[in-house]
Amino acid sequence: MMGETYSSENTPLRLLIADDEAEFVDVIARRIAKRNVRVRKAYRGYEAIDILREEPFDVALLGLKMTDMDGLELLQLFKKIAPDLRIVILTDYEGEAAARDSVAHGAADYLIKPCDFDELIATIWRAALSKV
Amino acid sequence: MTPLPLFEQTAYYKALMRKMVAAIMTVSFIPVFLVSSAIFYQFRLSYKEKIYAQFMDTVQKHSMNIDRFITSKFQEIQYLSRSIAMQDITQDISLRRQLVLMQKVYGPVLVDMGVIDDQGLQIAYAGPYALTGARYTDAGWFRKVMADASDISDVFLGLRGSPHFIVAVRNSQEGRPWTLRATIDFNAFNALVEGIRGGKTGIAFIVNRDVEFQTRPAVNIVPDKRLIQSLFQKKTLSKKPDNVHLVETVDVSGVKVIYAASFLKNGEWLLVYRQNAAEAFSKLNQMQVLSILIFILGGVGIVIMAYLISGRMVHRIAVSDHEKEILNQQVIETGRLASIGELAAGIAHEINNPVAIMVEEAGWIQDLLDEEDFRQSENLEEFRRAVAQIKTQGARCKDITHKLLSFARKTDPRQQNVQINDLVSELVALSDQRARRSMVVIHAELMENLPLLRLSVSELQQVILNLINNAIDAMERKGGELFIYTRQEERWVVIEVSDTGCGIPEDNLQRIFDPFFTTKPVGKGTGLGLAICYGIVRKMGGDIRVRSTLNVGTVFTVYLPIATPDRYEAS
Repeated sequence: MMGETYSSENTPLRLLIADDEAEFVDVIARRIAKRNVRVRKAYRGYEAIDILREEPFDVALLGLKMTDMDGLELLQLFKKIAPDLRIVILTDYEGEAAARDSVAHGAADYLIKPCDFDELIATIWRAALSKV
Repeated sequence: MTPLPLFEQTAYYKALMRKMVAAIMTVSFIPVFLVSSAIFYQFRLSYKEKIYAQFMDTVQKHSMNIDRFITSKFQEIQYLSRSIAMQDITQDISLRRQLVLMQKVYGPVLVDMGVIDDQGLQIAYAGPYALTGARYTDAGWFRKVMADASDISDVFLGLRGSPHFIVAVRNSQEGRPWTLRATIDFNAFNALVEGIRGGKTGIAFIVNRDVEFQTRPAVNIVPDKRLIQSLFQKKTLSKKPDNVHLVETVDVSGVKVIYAASFLKNGEWLLVYRQNAAEAFSKLNQMQVLSILIFILGGVGIVIMAYLISGRMVHRIAVSDHEKEILNQQVIETGRLASIGELAAGIAHEINNPVAIMVEEAGWIQDLLDEEDFRQSENLEEFRRAVAQIKTQGARCKDITHKLLSFARKTDPRQQNVQINDLVSELVALSDQRARRSMVVIHAELMENLPLLRLSVSELQQVILNLINNAIDAMERKGGELFIYTRQEERWVVIEVSDTGCGIPEDNLQRIFDPFFTTKPVGKGTGLGLAICYGIVRKMGGDIRVRSTLNVGTVFTVYLPIATPDRYEAS
């Protein structure tokens, strides 16, 4: 399915969540999984890259500050590995400016933590349906 | 002036004041003193010269006059003795006729006349005394006449017992010498000298070589013998009456006097004019006293000015030092606030994540409640309510931390595109709590679709927050309404903050943007808020205006240019 925009409503959306806030990743992964999305989690940058190499994804929810890697760096790597992947940046209040920069560098959108869950879902779907 | 008395009373400012006073007095006094001394010295010199010249002039004029008198009397007698034969006047009667004639022509200066033979016997006499047959063989003047052919005697009492002097001329008849003698009236002669007066102490007199008075001085004085003798011996003083010598000396009585003298009668007499120096120079001394008075007055003026100027300058310095001090405190305070802000931001940030997790976990419970069949549970609605409450309160926490973060964000002068309305809304929300405590209701009317402005968010935040805080302060006691409007006027975005507070008096309005101007109680306001606002708005190329009505309210209007400040300033 790589290289195409997610289109079928029956096929679950493939989402990779990469953030070092494990509890947060766990809970939203659980909640998202309930909404016709197949979710995989990564708590570290390198983990995320390994997973991305293993299987294709439609959207990646990427924390901007990871303990082992800079979010923007990771964004570039993701883009290299999977050029059609839609990436939504997840950041906190202080990282807003960097998040805006990341949009300029190829991210589909960004979200500021803590964010409304419905908005999170909506943003992910919007990204998935957007054109590269 | 701003009240800062205690600050100025310190030793440092007192010392500064003393130094300034000393410096001002030194630079003022030295030139005044030099110039006035030089002028006075010159004046004194020329005034003395003038007085001396007057002295010499007086003496010269009178000396020539007296000399002419004596000479003319002598010439008259000489003429008479030559123009008539001896036998014509050997009779008293014929001599009297000549005397009467002479008195008619020349006035009653000649008292009497006599004819004396070579033995000194007066053979004929005409005059008021009975002197026919008087013998003058041993009289000084007769001996001189026999030796020198003529003589003018000193003043003496003689046989008659009253002061007079004699003019005598020798002639000869058939080989035998005879002498014509005439007496000059002392009073007529004395009048010539007596009239020479100057002030109270200026008198003239004539003395002979033995320092005997030849005239009666108008005032009884003892002549300074040594001085007069020394004048007689002066080689530089010629015997002519037009040559005057001047001496300023201290008298025997210790008084400073001026002597002016010239010779008469071919060096035998001396006409002396004498006056106390104090009197002669009285005008000069008055002038001296006057100029010293003026100098003292000027000095007092300088001292007063020095104190006034220094006082004012020291006050200015003290004020500016005080302001600097306040500014320093302000900087320290700002730094302290900044670190508190950073700390708060850190805490807010740390709380954010756990809150986010809690909210999401509550959401998860909600998901599960929806999914599974809990309908039989009697507390299902309670679960739902509790979970919703957790979410609501979590959202509230999020809101608080957001506001805190947004405000504590470091002052960032970087320009960015700003939607004024968003900023205003954010600040209104932030101020709401405080406003409610002060019973103030905030109304915001924001014009939609305002253009984006390019400016520093944190700076503009500071301006608007300051205006809001001031407005709330103005209504603190009674409460009131605070209106915030935004609108576009031509090339300006306008933000208006108005209150229904106490208003600002006319006098204060003019100074309201001055640094350190405050009407708040000591310790409450620094007087910097509006000054900083003004500075920021001007830097942005905008303007800030105020209008106020007492007990009605105050309106602050901020104009921000839509064009970039740089371009705006250039135009």
